[in-house]
Amino acid sequence: MFELLWLIPFFPFLSALLLIVLGSRMPKSLSGGIGAGSIGLSAVLTIIIGINFLASPPENYSYTQVLWTWIDVGNLTPAIAFHLDALSLVMMFVITFVGFFIHLYSTEYMIHDDAYARFFAYMNLFVGAMLVLVLGDNLVLLLLGWEGVGLCSYLLIGFWYKKPENGYAARKAFVVTRVGDIAMLIGIFLLFMHTGTVQIRHILDLAPQIWMPDSVVPVTASLLLLGGALGKSAQVPLQVWLPDAMAGPTPVSALIHAATMVTAGVYLIARTHVIFELAPAIMTIVSIIGLVTALIAGFSALTQTDLKRVLAYSTISQIGYMFLALGVGAYGAAMFHFMTHAFFKALLFLGAGAIIHALHEEQNIFKMGGIRKEMPVTFWTFLIGCASLAALPLVTSGFYSKELILWKSFSSQYGNVWFYIFGAVGAFITAVYTSRMFILIFYGDKKTDVSHLPGTRITITLIVLAFFSTVAGFIELPHTMGDITLFSNFIASVLPAVPVFDYALGTELLLQIIATLLVALGIYVAFLFYIKRPDMAGEFTSSPAGKAVHSFWFKGWGFDWLYEKVFVQPVVYLSQINKRDFIDSIYTGIAFITEILHRLFSRTQTGNVRWYAMVLVFGAIIVITIAVVL
Amino acid sequence: MTLLWLLIIPIIGGMLAWMSGKTGTQVPRWISVIALTVVFGLTLQIWYQYYSKIDLFTEQAWLIEFERAWIPQLGISFYLALDGLSLLLIALTAFLGIISVVVSWKEIRHRVGFFHFNLLWILAGIIGVFIALDLFLFFFFWEMMLIPMYFLIIIWGHEDKRYAAIKFFIFTQASGLMMLVAILALYFVHGNATGVFTFNYNTLLGTEISASVAMWLMLGFFVAFGVKLPAVPVHTWLPDAHTQAPTAGSVVLAGLLLKTGAYGFIRFVIPLFPEAAMQFGFIAMILGVVSILYGAKLAFAQTDFKRLVAYTSVSHMGFVLLGVFAWNELALQGAIVVIIAHGLSTGALFILAGGIQERIHTRDLDRMGGLWTTVPRMASVALFFAMASLGLPGLGNFIGEFLVLIGMFRENIPLTVFAAIGIVAATVYSVWIIQRIFHGEPREKWQMRDLNLREMVVMAAMMIVLLWIGLYPRPILNTAKPALDIILREVEEVQMVDTWDSDLEF
Repeated sequence: MFELLWLIPFFPFLSALLLIVLGSRMPKSLSGGIGAGSIGLSAVLTIIIGINFLASPPENYSYTQVLWTWIDVGNLTPAIAFHLDALSLVMMFVITFVGFFIHLYSTEYMIHDDAYARFFAYMNLFVGAMLVLVLGDNLVLLLLGWEGVGLCSYLLIGFWYKKPENGYAARKAFVVTRVGDIAMLIGIFLLFMHTGTVQIRHILDLAPQIWMPDSVVPVTASLLLLGGALGKSAQVPLQVWLPDAMAGPTPVSALIHAATMVTAGVYLIARTHVIFELAPAIMTIVSIIGLVTALIAGFSALTQTDLKRVLAYSTISQIGYMFLALGVGAYGAAMFHFMTHAFFKALLFLGAGAIIHALHEEQNIFKMGGIRKEMPVTFWTFLIGCASLAALPLVTSGFYSKELILWKSFSSQYGNVWFYIFGAVGAFITAVYTSRMFILIFYGDKKTDVSHLPGTRITITLIVLAFFSTVAGFIELPHTMGDITLFSNFIASVLPAVPVFDYALGTELLLQIIATLLVALGIYVAFLFYIKRPDMAGEFTSSPAGKAVHSFWFKGWGFDWLYEKVFVQPVVYLSQINKRDFIDSIYTGIAFITEILHRLFSRTQTGNVRWYAMVLVFGAIIVITIAVVL
Repeated sequence: MTLLWLLIIPIIGGMLAWMSGKTGTQVPRWISVIALTVVFGLTLQIWYQYYSKIDLFTEQAWLIEFERAWIPQLGISFYLALDGLSLLLIALTAFLGIISVVVSWKEIRHRVGFFHFNLLWILAGIIGVFIALDLFLFFFFWEMMLIPMYFLIIIWGHEDKRYAAIKFFIFTQASGLMMLVAILALYFVHGNATGVFTFNYNTLLGTEISASVAMWLMLGFFVAFGVKLPAVPVHTWLPDAHTQAPTAGSVVLAGLLLKTGAYGFIRFVIPLFPEAAMQFGFIAMILGVVSILYGAKLAFAQTDFKRLVAYTSVSHMGFVLLGVFAWNELALQGAIVVIIAHGLSTGALFILAGGIQERIHTRDLDRMGGLWTTVPRMASVALFFAMASLGLPGLGNFIGEFLVLIGMFRENIPLTVFAAIGIVAATVYSVWIIQRIFHGEPREKWQMRDLNLREMVVMAAMMIVLLWIGLYPRPILNTAKPALDIILREVEEVQMVDTWDSDLEF
């Protein structure tokens, strides 16, 4: 059964190729069918393989399929080989399953677009590359998938290429993530130099044997890998590209910039966690970066007016939580949050897409409002998504995954109380901005008319994702409520649980209650500001200090401004002042001097015999003088 | 004999094409296509014949040799030999040769016979450079590429063709003279030391030369190959030559002529003067990194499409220089893959630039924009090659650059980091090309036709080869391996003796 593994990435690649070559001649129904169908096939195959994996696990809970040796130079012998284990299975499931529903949604959502086939070609290429990323058994193949998804992200952000700002957003995303990729590339070089292999399993097996904890190589290597992860997963300081990436079509935001690609960094760190564990200092940095990102992006989300940008900042913030979990060694928790987040954030983006379509492409949440009656399905499913994002207790998957992260950030041996406190503050902010968004869209006065309602395929997708946003949480329940650990048991074969300090159940319960109260408080604050006393929000933002803070948060804490001044402008300036390549002027200078000398000497050729005779005499005198003197 | 055919066919084909030029425009084209296809077929046949047993050539890398006395009094012989390295480069030459004939099908309309004569003679010269193992003969072919190329630019070039052609000629000629001096000096040094006066490469290998003389001779070769490569600061002829040359000229320049420089480093500079080359290695690597970054920076600022691509060539060839002077198996294999992949990706970008110029009569990027809607096929193809040029994994260029960098990392970490920054720079200029030509709002209303069948076949062939190299580069790596192993080993032996000597001094 496992031999069919290669087919899972193969189907999307094949259909991408078909759509690129023949797409312009296909009717839309066919290109949509191929586009969504191929992902459907992969999803079915993933589920079959997953069931097999659970029923009769392969040896060591892993299976490697070598297709062919890719490169063979000296001891560098990466293969095109796929590695199946619990971690890649979880990733594959989310990619193909959520991916399929997003494709299904897109067949309806994108139907009026002329470049329908091109859209599906890029989307399929993306899914294929993402699958290679999570299945690659060596770092070079992982890099292939990694860069492949980056390319598709670039293509899809700039999908509506006629608008220059879309092109700018696409280039920004590509270049910023590639800055991180260079760090990762050098990390790969370093690991190869010291281990003599690029195969991930080999490196992880060797690492604890050849390196002492805190020694230079693992610290440097994990720092470099972290660089790649920060770029891809839009974490501080490389988070600037994601809000602009919302220029792409909404299904793209759901698939690439919420559910899958942006979590590649989380996957990378989880995959190479052995190296990170040899560098505890870097682990702490991962957590701190995660927390800082979660808070910064949370505050920014509070101030955004564009619905998709609210969700984008929210994504950055939620991935921050995953980084927090990774840094405290709670890899299982990070992956759990990755999965629930994929469901509810995809749901929110797709719901947002349905709303934006219905409201004549209006994206400003302050121009929405009062549409809960007219769009009931969207309302209820969006409510479920928002509840999950805000971590509403008991009934949402987001609650269970976020609680797990908060608890581990406190109880893990890498954790501490400060991580918990800031994490809980982040949960409060999340609740505020989520409720704010929800209230502004669905309550209050109607400001824009609903033009058309979502059709069957969009509705089905929303309902399915809403269902999973709810039930996905029940496979991992905390000690205080049932103590079910299906997910962490499953993934423990790859990501062993980091030892935690023993605390009484009461402590855990107390912390859960505190976090829950903060969420409730957050919802109340939003209620107060946006329903009960709408003038309060206005008062706050109209005061000079409030205005400054608001604008600072709105603009993403000045990172864009800083990078513009420090990187973009100097580079552009440098290339402008030396456009014509000053080195060339050396050669043209030589040519110029030669020409002048030529003219000078040719002027002496006058044809005048007396002049020649005189020069001859003078020359002779000079020569004789020199001869005599010397 | 096969080796001789590789030379004779394009030479005779070129003359036939010239003579048949009177009969019309179609005959010379077909003669050229047929001649080059035969050469390509011959190369593939050699490759097929030796591929399975190439591992056996561990002592002597020459798969085929051909030697006839030429001027025996001076120790000059007509000595051709081919190993895996030359084989790959000749295959590339024939492949790109066919492509340059096909892309000129509609572009070249006057003096068609003479055009193809020049084209085929350049290719013959290039093939000669790749298989001549007598230094005198090598220099002969080195000059033979030059003059028809000069004609190609000055007759069929664009607005500033005279300036560009003369600049090209002076740069290559002046640097070639330095190499000639170095060749002659080597000839006399070897002759005086051993009594055997010869230009034979095999014999000249391992000549005992005093360190200071070796450095000067090495520099003589280095300058000639550095100009061809081209490396900063002797690169400035390239943008002008590329911009002004007809499409076929640009393809041959970028795809092949520059590669003779890279080949020269691998074949001559390091094996003949290993110690001097290693001493100079650090400076060479710095020049490589400077070329990568400076070329990319200049590329970004250009508004002329062909000029932009020319500067990206400078940047990419910096990786070759880096790979050669890092001098380990990984980096060298990387350099060879870069040589081949860059020939294809940059060649294709020049073909696209030529195609655009043919249609709208401008290369000015400021006048383009939003062309995706008008020419979607061309845009997709351009996107593919732009991605190849920014080093997207899965395409050939990535394999080359990755191997160069990973090999380089062992030798010098800071320089590797700087070179890797070049990849970000490549991303910037590659997506910038796509943005300015195909994305955004159209600046002017251009009516242009999309790629036709002939052009699509050419582009598809190049894309398939790049994908093949990107996903399964092993045939190339395996073919080059025995040749590289031998060169590496010879140099290693010299270095080992050297370190042993210096150990004794302590």
